[in-house]
This record gives sequence, structure tokens and C-alpha cells, in this order.
Amino acid sequence: MKNRYSIFSLIKNAFSHHENWQKAWKDPSPKKEYDALIIGGGGHGLATAYYLAKKHNMKNIAVLEKGWIGGGNTGRNTTIIRSNYLWDASARLYDHALKIWEGLTQELNYNIMFSQRGVMNLAHNLQDVRDLKRRTHANRLNGIDAIYLNTEEIKKFCPIINTSPNIRYPVLGGTLQKRAGTARHDAVAWGYARGADEMGVDIIQNCEVKGIKRENNEVKGIETTKGFIKTKKIGVVAAGHSSVIANMVDLKLPLESKPLQALVSEPVKPIIDTVIMSNAVHAYVSQSDKGELVIGAGTDDYISYSQKGSHDIVEGTLNAILELYPIFSRMKMLRQWGGIVDICPDASPIISKTSIKGLYFNCGWGTGGFKATPGSGDLFAHTIANDEPHKLNAAFNINRFVSGDLVDEHGAAAVAH
Amino acid sequence: MFLINCPFCGEREQSEFKAGGEAHIVRPKQPTELSDDEWAEYLFMRKNIKGIQFERWNHVHGCRKWFNIVRDTSNDEIKVVYKMGTKPPIK
Repeated sequence: MKNRYSIFSLIKNAFSHHENWQKAWKDPSPKKEYDALIIGGGGHGLATAYYLAKKHNMKNIAVLEKGWIGGGNTGRNTTIIRSNYLWDASARLYDHALKIWEGLTQELNYNIMFSQRGVMNLAHNLQDVRDLKRRTHANRLNGIDAIYLNTEEIKKFCPIINTSPNIRYPVLGGTLQKRAGTARHDAVAWGYARGADEMGVDIIQNCEVKGIKRENNEVKGIETTKGFIKTKKIGVVAAGHSSVIANMVDLKLPLESKPLQALVSEPVKPIIDTVIMSNAVHAYVSQSDKGELVIGAGTDDYISYSQKGSHDIVEGTLNAILELYPIFSRMKMLRQWGGIVDICPDASPIISKTSIKGLYFNCGWGTGGFKATPGSGDLFAHTIANDEPHKLNAAFNINRFVSGDLVDEHGAAAVAH
Repeated sequence: MFLINCPFCGEREQSEFKAGGEAHIVRPKQPTELSDDEWAEYLFMRKNIKGIQFERWNHVHGCRKWFNIVRDTSNDEIKVVYKMGTKPPIK
């Protein structure tokens, strides 16, 4: 049994100069066989393993991670959490996640620094205004908190926004979801890893998947850089690399992997106490607890696994940021990075069984997967354990691209994906 | 960010171009006879290769012509540029 983190353990460890903290998770070698294997040790994969062990009593399982846990998109996103999606299926999916976020720190006994500071989405033209009003109504019908704000109310809520009518894309209105906010992304991965490890899940890092063994259209195991591991169920949560795994079993997915960039500034005193997103000019910004501005840019339009994006994408985003927030004009940017996001044609995820028995995919989260981490893990665990989707992820099956029953969130989801 | 050698205009910045996705996906000859599975395959399913990919590009802020590229998607290195309608010069 692990030591619980508390004020008392903090004081106790202070006496030994914090050198005797227990390891948060072990570093085991893979066993010969598991009941299920999860490919991908990001937030979604670790959450899947955590809920498989916790809610479905599948404890003889392992997470295989090519690099180190949380080293991919989990550590490369802008940590925004919200559930103000237009369509019923998405609203339920993302709000399911948001509800878990609200109690996650306590559940994991790990401070994920969840902060419900609100997320505001701005409208810059008449069509934006109509779309955002429609979405506000749709959200309320689905029991999700949403408020529509006019320009003065926006200025009052966040005084640093330039609401002059004379800028190129003036702020005409916006929506606010107060329950939305941010969380510490690394802590989410670490908290889930610690929780899963405690229940007996093996977290195997530096273990790359080289092939998937099948017989009679059924999975038998995984060939890895640490040898062959036998299993009957495989959950693939490989984000940008989902197609790479799918190609190993001659399965085609409707995904394109593209670089998505983000950047942070030098740290400054608190200036922005919410998250502001603007779809039309593609600028979104928040401030981390360290004081850095966290800025999300857009995706490049070409397929790439290079984890670096184009300069002009960053330039476009910063142009928009500077027009909306002239106060930032002399801020210096500290770091910029790219992650590889797997985008579905309808900008909605796939949490689904496949045509191969025992093979499940959780992918296609595109540019907005972080917010769904707990819900995604919970529903994917349900799908793997029962070999059937939960009612909340039934709409996000892979067959929707055949039936045409798409969940088209491209323009509808409040930001472009 | 990289440079692309447009077969009509010469070397330009990638930001002048629009990516057109996977190349050599042939439009079905008899669309009316396609099953739903075949439509899904044609419309949505992609190889999304990590490594050598054949793809289409349009010089949208230049000559506006389409052409093909062979590019390594793991490091964005362009191997060959070739014109529309011609067969890929490498495998």
C-alpha cells in the first residue's frame, strides 16, 4: 500500500530533506502474458488502465509506452478543459469527462491543480454571434452551463481584451462556461500512473510496439522491443501514431496526423484569470500558475510526424493575440513546441471496437483530447472490459464513417479543430 | 517548415502551398455501384503513413497548379517532386 499524500506526509518528509519519498510507480519488466495491454502511456492510456483496474477489476494488465509516460501530447497541450460542444453526443461525452475532473484530485490523492477559471469563446463576426448563441442554447438544453456575453460584459470579465470596434476582427460577443478551466497536464498522467500502479497495473516505459500477432482475426499478442507479450485484448491509445499501429494489422483509419503547436511566454504577474479562445482568428490564451502565458496555435495542413510545425502558423496566432491583447506586445516567448494530433474527418474521436476481435481503438481526438482524458479512459475501459461500447461512446464508433452518422464538430465545437 | 520546389515556379516556402493529402486515390469509375463500405474507403480511410508518403500539393499562392510530392513524413524531407498525371518516379 502506498503512502497517501497529505500535509502530514509532507511534514514528515521535510525532516529527511524530501529524499525518502516512495516511488510513485514501479519500473517493471513485462510479464509473459496479460489479460489486456494498453498501447500508449499518455493521459488517455493511463486513465484507461486505471479504470480497467478500478471499475472492471482487470488488474493483470500493462501499459506499453514507447518513450516515457506523459511525454507525448499529454505534456504538449494547452491544458484547456471544457464541455461546451454543440451536438448531443459530444456534449454528453465531454461533460462526462468534466464531471470526473471535478473530483479527480481527491480520487487520485494527487493534486492535478484543476482550476475552474472559466473558458470564454469570442465571436468576431455576425455568423460567429449566431453560432455561439445557438451553441449556448444547445448546451443549456443538455444541462451544460453556458452564458452568452455581449461586448461590455466581456470587457468586464476580462479587462485586457481590446474591445475597440476599430480592430480588424472586433469582439462582438462571446460565450462563457464557468465550470470549464485548466489542469496541470503532467500531474494528470502521473496521478493516473500512480493510481494504476497501486492497483497492480504494470507501466512499462521505453517499450515500443513492433507488431501485433493475430490468428483467425483475433489478437494473440504484441511484439515489442522488450520481447513478445501474450494477450487477448489490446487497447490502442496512440494519438498521432494510431495509424502506425493500424497499418501493422492492415486496418485503415480515417485519420490524418498533423503538427499542432503551442508556445509559452516568460512568466509575469497574474494578468489573465480565465481562458480565452477565439476561433475566427485562431488565438487562444491562458496563464499558467507559474505566470507564463500559454498560447495555442493551429495545425499545419500537411501530414507530418516531425513534432515541429511551421513558423507562419505561430506568426498568424501571435498577430491575432497582439491585436486582441495589445498589452502583450513586449512579451518574450520562452518555448515553442509541436505535438502530433490525429484528426478525424468530423473532428470527433473514435472510441470503438474494430473488425479484429480483441482490438480496440481510442483515437482521433485531434486538437482537443486533453479535456476528455478521464471520460475517455473511463469509457474506453468499459468498451474493452465488456467488448461493447458504453452508451456515451456508442456514437463514436468507427462504423459511423460507413453509415454516414457523423458527429460533425468542425465548426460546431466552439473552436476550429 | 520547409521549401518546396514547384515544378512550374521553382523553390518557394511551404507556406505558399496548400497540402492536398494522400495522392493516387482513384475516383471510383462507377460511383452508383459502390457499397457504403467502398464509399467510406474512398472518402475517409487514409494510410496516414509515417515515412515515405505520396501526396498532392497546390501552389495556392503562386501558379495555382497541382502537382505531386514524395515526402518523408517523419522528418519532412522531400524526396521527389513530379507532375500530376505522371507515375511516381520512385516506389
